[in-house]
Amino acid sequence: MSGPAPANRLVVPVVVLAVLLAAPPFLSSYVLTLLTQSLIYAIVAMSLDLLLGYLGLPSLGHAAYLGVGAYSVGILTSRYGAGFGTVLPVGVGLALILAAVFGLLALRATGVYFLMITLALGMVAWGLAYRWVSLTQGDNGISGLPRPDVPLPWSLAGAIPFYYFALAGFLLALGVLWLIVHSPFGMSLVGVRESETRMRTLGYHVWLHKYLGFVISGGVAGFGGVLWAYYNGFVGPTDLDLSTSVEVLLMVALGGRATLLGPALGAGIIVFLKNLVSVYTQRWLLILGAAYIGTIVYAPEGIVGAVRRLSEATEPAPARPEA
Amino acid sequence: MSPASASALSLSGLTKAFGGLRALDDVSLEIQPGERRAIIGPNGAGKTTLFSLVSGEQAPTGGRIALFGRDITRLAPHRRAALGLARTYQITNLFPRLTVLDNCLLAVQALSPVKLHLHRPLGRYRALFDRAEALLESVGLLAKRAAPVRDLSHGEQRQLEIALALAGTPRLLLLDEPTAGLALAESQMMVALLKGLDPAITILIIEHDMAVAFELTDRVTVLHYGRVVADGSARDVRADPLVQEIYLGAMGTA
Ligand SMILES: Nc1ncnc2c1ncn2[C@@H]1O[C@H](COP(=O)(O)OP(=O)(O)OP(=O)(O)O)[C@@H](O)[C@H]1O
Ligand SMILES: [Mg+2]
Repeated sequence: MSGPAPANRLVVPVVVLAVLLAAPPFLSSYVLTLLTQSLIYAIVAMSLDLLLGYLGLPSLGHAAYLGVGAYSVGILTSRYGAGFGTVLPVGVGLALILAAVFGLLALRATGVYFLMITLALGMVAWGLAYRWVSLTQGDNGISGLPRPDVPLPWSLAGAIPFYYFALAGFLLALGVLWLIVHSPFGMSLVGVRESETRMRTLGYHVWLHKYLGFVISGGVAGFGGVLWAYYNGFVGPTDLDLSTSVEVLLMVALGGRATLLGPALGAGIIVFLKNLVSVYTQRWLLILGAAYIGTIVYAPEGIVGAVRRLSEATEPAPARPEA
Repeated sequence: MSPASASALSLSGLTKAFGGLRALDDVSLEIQPGERRAIIGPNGAGKTTLFSLVSGEQAPTGGRIALFGRDITRLAPHRRAALGLARTYQITNLFPRLTVLDNCLLAVQALSPVKLHLHRPLGRYRALFDRAEALLESVGLLAKRAAPVRDLSHGEQRQLEIALALAGTPRLLLLDEPTAGLALAESQMMVALLKGLDPAITILIIEHDMAVAFELTDRVTVLHYGRVVADGSARDVRADPLVQEIYLGAMGTA
């Protein structure tokens, strides 16, 4: 992770980006819809990757931050007619604040206890959305949300413009997260994941690094939540369901932890899979579980991780500089 | 805060109990700046526990620890590192899945505010790389920089431990059996490496190999069942009948 990415590693992402840019006119509106959903979920999955992949912290409550972002859109636009320029910073800001509070609680624990606390906190957020009816309209959710009013020459009402809008949001999140994981701070996060005790005696304030990672992760997930509500035109407690958190966790595990693009790919796979099997909705959780077990057994490092390992095994070893 | 006359390390009445077991029992020690001191003693004497208390990884049951005149008894480990303390481990404690260079970079940025920078790629911080590579050069591992640490030999991992500990230019260095498990040739390389360290660095070294201990240090402290039972020049300690009985007798003279 210290060296510059070799050029051939960039070929696949560049081709994928070109396809994503060029594809919309050729796609059915159904596929375009799924692709838009994938891009937004990819933001949330990549935000969780910062936590799970780079810090080694498995959160089962990531839907809470998505939810805060999404409800910010719902409440601010329906009550105050707030525009995108207000909603975006408020939504991301509230997600950061929620993560700053939840992080204080969750980071008191490690391992499976961390998982349990984040799960419990996620349920708290869901409970608030469900019960705080005066603010959230409870089970009904808030519907009829407009598309974002961005100062662009074309409207985002159509499926294709909104797709490009989601793509821009995805690229922004990817850029921010890419910079973070390749920064000295990102290196510190990986060190914490590998050995907290060694990091401590080297001079790192381990808790602080985890906390900052946790808060940033929540903020990015909140950004995804803002886009999600604008996309749906609706926000409700189902957006904060435990199954949302589980799906996001699976996107990361399936695509490949600590790769950013892997979780994005995982988001696409899960979103498409979910809709393809939607005829059998009852079995969706079963399929999720099977996919999870399959990932753990056959590709514990995820799809991108497995591909990288295979390509590294076939490539000649990188040249070592002279000592 | 830290008068020039202060000891590099001052332990007073340091005690650590694990349940009923007193791994360290009322240990008092003064280490002068620039001193090289060996800590010896049979297995389970409490040597590693002593280091863990000084580094802050374990909290003492009683007693005080001062580093260059400053009381650090309750200070978090990372704050002690920032005050110039570094240690190595008896059982190699590195980042096995990361490359040699990344291990070193983590150590190099540990005491710099750079470790919290998240707006620029690490690759842009040329000074960090230069320092990490210089460290690897000094322990003879530069050629292995791209290798994952788990692929290194045991001896190479021991050398990397030293590089990591030196990365923050420590004032007090704790070395826990640096030659443990090394073949003779590797052990001699390690001794040469340690002998070449900046004489300004105060070093405390736990060593089972008496020859190594006496070669690297001028003064020896003997621990036994958590207590200091002898303390003095290598020659005095060697001649001490109690030490011969409990330690040298058991181990065979070196
Ligand atoms: N975390 C712990 N919990 C309980 N007992 C411990 C713990 N750490 C050490 N001990 C006990 O404390 C005593 C001192 O252990 P320590 O590791 O400090 O010895 P040592 O002098 O380093 O021995 P060695 O030469 O084998 O490395 C031993 O009896 C050990 O079993
Ligand atoms: Mg020991």
